[in-house]
Amino acid sequence: MDGKNGLWVIVERSANGFRKVALELLSRGRDLAGRLGEVSGSRPGVWAVVTGPGSAPGTEELYRYGADEVLMVCHPLLEEHRTDLHAAVLADLIRERSPGIVLFGATAWGSEVAPTVAARVKTGLAAHCADLRIDGRGLLVQCVPAFGGKVLGEILCPDRRPQMASVRPGVFQAVPGDAPAGEPLVVRPELDDDDRIKVLEVQRREITGKPLEEAEVVIAGGWGVGSRENWQLLEELAGLLGAAVGCTRPALDEGWTEGEHTMIGTSGKTVRPKVYLGFGISGATHHVVGMKDSGLVISVNTNPNAEIFQFSDFKVVADARAVAEALIAELKAGKTS
Amino acid sequence: MSGLKIAVCIKPVPSPDQYHRVGIDPRTKTLVREGIPTVINPLDKNALEAALQIREKCGGTVAAISMAPPAAEENLREALAMGADEAYLLSDRAFAGSDTLATSMVLAAAVKKLGPVDLVLTGNESADGGTAQVSAQLGEWLGYPHLMHACGLEVMEDGFIRVDTAREDCRVAYRVKLPAVVSVVRTINKPRFTSLMGVIAAGKKPLSVWTSGDLPVDENFLGLEGSPTKAGDIYQPDLSRRCELLEGSAGEIAGAVLQKLRAAGLQL
Repeated sequence: MDGKNGLWVIVERSANGFRKVALELLSRGRDLAGRLGEVSGSRPGVWAVVTGPGSAPGTEELYRYGADEVLMVCHPLLEEHRTDLHAAVLADLIRERSPGIVLFGATAWGSEVAPTVAARVKTGLAAHCADLRIDGRGLLVQCVPAFGGKVLGEILCPDRRPQMASVRPGVFQAVPGDAPAGEPLVVRPELDDDDRIKVLEVQRREITGKPLEEAEVVIAGGWGVGSRENWQLLEELAGLLGAAVGCTRPALDEGWTEGEHTMIGTSGKTVRPKVYLGFGISGATHHVVGMKDSGLVISVNTNPNAEIFQFSDFKVVADARAVAEALIAELKAGKTS
Repeated sequence: MSGLKIAVCIKPVPSPDQYHRVGIDPRTKTLVREGIPTVINPLDKNALEAALQIREKCGGTVAAISMAPPAAEENLREALAMGADEAYLLSDRAFAGSDTLATSMVLAAAVKKLGPVDLVLTGNESADGGTAQVSAQLGEWLGYPHLMHACGLEVMEDGFIRVDTAREDCRVAYRVKLPAVVSVVRTINKPRFTSLMGVIAAGKKPLSVWTSGDLPVDENFLGLEGSPTKAGDIYQPDLSRRCELLEGSAGEIAGAVLQKLRAAGLQL
């Protein structure tokens, strides 16, 4: 088996394994491959392609979430942040093995590697797909957001191969199956380095609090929160509810929250918590796209005509601070009684 | 190092604060964006600001480049008013329908025609399409090293720049050999406002229009025909929910909200 016409998922490694988006794509890839089998009569293999300095442990996870085969691409120069070199080896492998479809997670890493690979192999790439499906001709239909998600458009890559797409974390669900783990295929490509790009230093950032995309409850704050002091109330409320706090761009611009990585929306995170509580959020399309799949949505805004209300199950027309304080008081009273 | 020649790619986009007015004509199934003004893509202003700051420190020139319909001349004039020295509008019917690979090919052709450029800067992504693909693909067409997500930029000695990049959980600093392509994120700087003097000066600065025939384009990747991706149907997702009002005093509302949370399965 050489992966020809296969469906590849490019797996980004993380400090303790693989980025979750890769598992999400493998699960979706398994469905797409099944559908391709129905349409064309031959189901392509789903390949997890991992690049890095050495072979990665824990590959059984990749098989469990949808991979039929794992291709481990190892070279000492393939350090995490050398996206240029990862792209170079992936482009070579794609030319050599001719996959039909290649999927990337649209992380910082993936969104740099994917267009580089596409330009090298001279094929199409659809960015940040909100959905992927197979049409009656067996083509990959890539559904991409435009204008901050206000409009969705379908993209096809009818002639060139592979068909390539990137997908943000959280768009698809990682669904474990019971497929047995196999033996990864290890390849060691040739790779040269020069002085064009060199990593000088890496500063890890301590991420405090619960990761947004894993939280059951997300409290999101927008410009209507009004002040840094009020923002602290959201943090306190989040502590009481076991929630993660996310923000919109205006709140980030005001400097009420430190985290670019807590922004929800088109150019940030996609969340689908059990409960989303929005405070002082206007409901700009950019934000709504990142929270629309939440379970229960309750929004608080002083403006009775705020856009966000259209996308909410329940609306509260009131000041964010007053409601946050009342919720904190209720929760504290409940804990002591 | 002194005297960098910098090219900044500028994309005119419908003003991002008015995307709620974008819609689809139910009859023709085409995009409706009437009355929404066209502005410089916000991140491209950050790219231009970064270029101007380098010029102020090290000397050199800044050229603004845009592949767009003729009306984009207005946006390029704004770039000149902000401080760019010269502007190039790449405008031709043959460019229509370009995807990111075709667009970056034309931009690369213009950079080649400009002569030996040291640094090409772009915004990390556009507000309308938002693919974040053009800068890396431009780098590939030019054969230059390229980096995205730049939140810091500093000219080093001997033809190198330091590029600080922001990733999910870390900051990575690189040393990159010029010529290079770098795309910037919002946190890199605050773009300057245009002054009245700038606007007056812009009227006298050179703005050239280049068509396909003026550029060393690759015919195989030109416009709609040369774009590997093809656009299919467009539609507008319906995301509306029931929008029921919760009323009362703050305390009553809080009680009602917590009741809903419990009903949704939270253990409080």
